[in-house]
Amino acid sequence: MNELAIKDLLYKLADDQLILGHRNSEWTGFGPILEEDIAFSSMAQDKIGHSLAFYTLLQDLGETDPDTVAFTRNANQFHNSQLVELPNGEYDFSLIRHFLYDNAEIIRFEMLSQSSYEPIAKVTTKLKGEVKYHVLHANTWIKNLGSSTEEAILRLQSSLTEAIPYALGMFETSKFEQELIESGVYAGEEAVKAEWLERIQAVIEKTDLKLPDLNTTEPKFGGRNGEHTEHLQPLLDEMAEVFKIDPTAEW
Amino acid sequence: MYGGGNVFEATKFDNLQTEDPAKLAEFEARIARGEKIEPKDWMPELYRKQLIRMIEQHAHSEIIGALPEGTWITRAPGFRRKMAQMAKVQDEVGHAQLLYSAAETLGKTREQMLTDLINGKSKYSNVFNYPAFTWADSNIISWLIDAGAIVNQMANAKGSYGPYSRALERICAEEAFHLKYGHDAVVHMATGSSKQREMIQAALNRWWPPIMTFFGPSDKMSTHTETLMRWKVKMASNDECRQQFLDMYVPKIWELGLTVPDPKLKKNMETGQWEYTEPDWDEFKRVINGDGPCNAERLAVRRTAEERGAWVRRALLNPKAKYVKPLA
Repeated sequence: MNELAIKDLLYKLADDQLILGHRNSEWTGFGPILEEDIAFSSMAQDKIGHSLAFYTLLQDLGETDPDTVAFTRNANQFHNSQLVELPNGEYDFSLIRHFLYDNAEIIRFEMLSQSSYEPIAKVTTKLKGEVKYHVLHANTWIKNLGSSTEEAILRLQSSLTEAIPYALGMFETSKFEQELIESGVYAGEEAVKAEWLERIQAVIEKTDLKLPDLNTTEPKFGGRNGEHTEHLQPLLDEMAEVFKIDPTAEW
Repeated sequence: MYGGGNVFEATKFDNLQTEDPAKLAEFEARIARGEKIEPKDWMPELYRKQLIRMIEQHAHSEIIGALPEGTWITRAPGFRRKMAQMAKVQDEVGHAQLLYSAAETLGKTREQMLTDLINGKSKYSNVFNYPAFTWADSNIISWLIDAGAIVNQMANAKGSYGPYSRALERICAEEAFHLKYGHDAVVHMATGSSKQREMIQAALNRWWPPIMTFFGPSDKMSTHTETLMRWKVKMASNDECRQQFLDMYVPKIWELGLTVPDPKLKKNMETGQWEYTEPDWDEFKRVINGDGPCNAERLAVRRTAEERGAWVRRALLNPKAKYVKPLA
């Protein structure tokens, strides 16, 4: 198996989870109700734990240790989709992003748990049970708020419209796509996207929200190749603020 | 964290003579027998008011206390600390949830309590009006403020009100982990590079005066205090808590080669009591009344969170909102 292709896939998975986990953790102390503070913190912990698991697989393939990889790279070395790096905004945006992201992540994890590449299969089999709860959380809240007050519906609709181009950016294919599909690592991004669309539509249909026309939406690509919005570097600087005081120290 | 001592002005001592003497006698007898008072049981108004005030202030201290440490979640160095810091602060928010629920059993809603918090009507532990300048400050809070809270809460867990007492037992179990986490982080700093040692000593210097005021000024013994102690609302005096804290933690601080910034601090072997420079109680009063380095900022953050989240709460209360059962 092409090690470069596997590494590329692992970086995408790890960086997505790390950056969204970091964003989710920013809700601690600021949630609209205490229960949501706690929920976003739980998901943050899971996601950052997942990223650590993927960075550890990368280390097994000869990459640097997880702390160094996560805390010392610059934005252009990150492979996350732009969706996860956007600021939290108001709760409606965070909730919509969480809904769009986790419904895709669970599919990727389900596919990867059947992967021909055993280390990824093992890790995703273990972790997909956690992502399942993230999806349940997102879907429950979307159904609940998406058919409640007019202001809630308006807010969610506007965030959905804003987030959709970035959500499509999650499915940016890599140059190793064909190879990964052919060697049975997973079915590839197009397959993830098709299944994702069905799942999110099933939820949105139960609300007063409308999915924008995806055929006329230009996806925000680039994240998988290190092209990011202006929001990622400040996030990374903040994350590394203490670590970089002395990268060799034991904290 | 984070319930401070009984540092707040107590409820005005109502005239107990307005209470039914037979019911009052039975209530006191139950407490004397070590029984717990439950939400639907008869209780004197003073007992109810004082407990609402205590539990509410404790709950506020948990969510406000989550702010100084919360700012370090996104900056925690390395995976191990990042995940632990998140879990720890999440616990504190969970404690607030538990405590607001306990206070609600006495008849005040969470929404009303949060409104009183942002209007400045109800207080929270004064230590959180001080800033956490560096990662090391956050470590000192995790270790020593949580340690102080445990001393206080272990005592209060033996109190007479069932829901509060049970909540505190659960909280103390989690606090015990926080203490280990905080201690471990401080040990790494205190035994680390010269920069790390310098950071942790500076943080200890900043936090020592607020820590010494954490349990509140010496209690004035009054009929009021006696009544609250008889009713097992107040379980230990502020000075008792402070002495116990010093006994348990000063040796541990010294063990790490850190200096406590109080030249007068020593244990008097004859009396068995710690002697120390009297904290600046004027500053304490000033800060508690709103003039501390972070009072305005803490409440502003809380107020912003409340305002920005209001539409979510309105939506949840809307009868059109469908309750969706998450099928696991």
